[in-house]
Amino acid sequence: MQLEQILQYVFSGLSTGAIYALIGIGFSIIFNATGIINFAQGEFVMLGGMLTLFFLELLKLPLWAAIPCAVAVSALAGLLFERLAIRPLRQPTPINLVIITIAGSILIRGLAMLLWGKDTHAIPPFSGDEPISIAGATILPQHIWILGITLLVIAVNKFFFYHTISGKAMRACSYNRRAAGLVGIDVRRMVLFSFVISSVLGSLAGIIVAPLTMTAYDVGVMLGLKGFCAAIIGGMSSGIATVVGGLILGVLESLGAGLISSGYKDAIAFIILLLILFIRPQGLFGKAESERV
Amino acid sequence: MGLRFVPFLIAIVTTFSANIVFAAAPIKIGGLFAVTGPAAFLGEPERNTAKMVVDEINRAGGVRGHKLELVVYDTSGDATKAVQLATKLVRDDHVAAIIGPSTTGESMAVIPVAERERVPLISCAAGIKITEPVKKWVFKTAQNDTLAVGKIYEYLQRHKQSKVAILTVSDGFGASGREQLKAQAAKYGISVVSDDTYGPKDTDMTAQLTKIRGSQAQAIICWGTNPGPAVIAKNAHQLGIKTPLFMSHGVSSKKFIELAGDAAEGIKLPSGKVIVADLLPGSDHQKGSLLAFVKDYQRHYRAEGDHFGGHAWDAVMLLKGAIERGGDTRAAIRDQLEKTRGFAGIGGVFNYSAQDHAGLNKDAFVLVEVKKRDWVIVK
Repeated sequence: MQLEQILQYVFSGLSTGAIYALIGIGFSIIFNATGIINFAQGEFVMLGGMLTLFFLELLKLPLWAAIPCAVAVSALAGLLFERLAIRPLRQPTPINLVIITIAGSILIRGLAMLLWGKDTHAIPPFSGDEPISIAGATILPQHIWILGITLLVIAVNKFFFYHTISGKAMRACSYNRRAAGLVGIDVRRMVLFSFVISSVLGSLAGIIVAPLTMTAYDVGVMLGLKGFCAAIIGGMSSGIATVVGGLILGVLESLGAGLISSGYKDAIAFIILLLILFIRPQGLFGKAESERV
Repeated sequence: MGLRFVPFLIAIVTTFSANIVFAAAPIKIGGLFAVTGPAAFLGEPERNTAKMVVDEINRAGGVRGHKLELVVYDTSGDATKAVQLATKLVRDDHVAAIIGPSTTGESMAVIPVAERERVPLISCAAGIKITEPVKKWVFKTAQNDTLAVGKIYEYLQRHKQSKVAILTVSDGFGASGREQLKAQAAKYGISVVSDDTYGPKDTDMTAQLTKIRGSQAQAIICWGTNPGPAVIAKNAHQLGIKTPLFMSHGVSSKKFIELAGDAAEGIKLPSGKVIVADLLPGSDHQKGSLLAFVKDYQRHYRAEGDHFGGHAWDAVMLLKGAIERGGDTRAAIRDQLEKTRGFAGIGGVFNYSAQDHAGLNKDAFVLVEVKKRDWVIVK
């Protein structure tokens, strides 16, 4: 087995892993602020890609304008989702919330299918598609965008949660909702916030991966699941632990597909998910080390 | 004395009047298409085309004075649903024949219904198992993937390339392709040096391609339907793979070029003739049908007519031919279908016989190449 080949597996794994990480962070933000696992997270990924396409092709906006528009509309969708589906719940038991978010995801997928059809679409890459060669392995400029944006998102996240009032208030909610409420934090607003933030992150992920993976009304299902795995490996932390979780997942998938058999690629993700849930349900890094939002 | 004949007379009269009513009634054709669900990309154009063709036949006066009536049900690509709907078509709607279903899985499930109820079925799916071994009541219009594999291997053999890597999607279409690719290799002096698969929803195939790059392969053959092959084309471009890339007929539409962009340049694939109708030589028997179909579809649906719609076009026209030649009962339609010779449709030139209910040969495919974001025919 050549070193070059292994390096290529690792690179491919890292770049797909970064996508999983970005989606995973969206999962953990909502989980930490509300205790909900938002199974509609994958649908926001899809919305990001499809809305960008909509602004690009139907409204003929340039790429730099289409992206913020798509993110804004996704954020609005996240906001509406929380207000219309989550907040009115009288008894928000976990099982109710799971059912609601799954229903929400099916609804959003269905609407997208009606609006934009069942076709797969491509979005042009942000800065060309000439491969970049590093030590015998190649990546695309889009991969650098993905890695860069993921890092930026973590940095902004960190800043937001540790250095702004709203961020600190959200962290307070995640530690103890009741206590946070008692000291005058508007818990409901924080929950709303968490949905908006995670829909923004989800749609961003959807936009930056669309040039590589294409987009269609149903891309959210698999990407959402992989993002969920990343979040589980990272112990539902919204910081670096989830990113590492995503990268581990991506690299293992890629190595597994290359060295063992490509038929088991998805199985690898789910085996990891099960193993983590059996052995270390708190995530690979444990609660102590992973910061929670 | 005379009274004894009354029931007899009544019987005669009712039989005749029943016949008269039957003659005036439209001939019902059942359609089973996967209009929604994962196979919607097949079922939707099939339904559209079937409707369009039936309308046209009726506007032109029907078949031997009978109007055709199309009863279409959506199977959502679900085999169980397809079986229920097929039974419904036969027992409640009393159709003379069924066209569809869209996928191989559904077709295999529906075959026992057609056989048991003795109703002609013209499947629009490609799986070779549908008509091999031959079933009395079952025909099909889609080209076998055997023929597509043959077309690629023939080209490779001519260019003295004997080592191929195959990369197939892990669904019914890919599995069947993989089987054929491996089964026919020896016949053309070709060895499969690398055999990989990918999931239908996978978004990155660089791992498989890296493995293939490390192998001895002189050509890569990928078997799948959009969007997988487009991702593979892009990944191959990213990895700087110069090995010639072949795709299956599963992506032979403009959509593939649109998705893969520049990465599609130079990719070759076997394809039905629809996408290159205007490039065909005038001597091609199918050219007339193809151009008419493409033009009609464009006018009705403002979209390019594709192979899948073509399968339904062929099915309706084959039925029309059978009815014209005297098929007025289910059994007669079946017998006439089997006698179809030299029918130049969209999928190819059909020659059904008692031994062959698929009716096509390798000439149904042409090898095409992507050049400057368009198709050209490889000589």
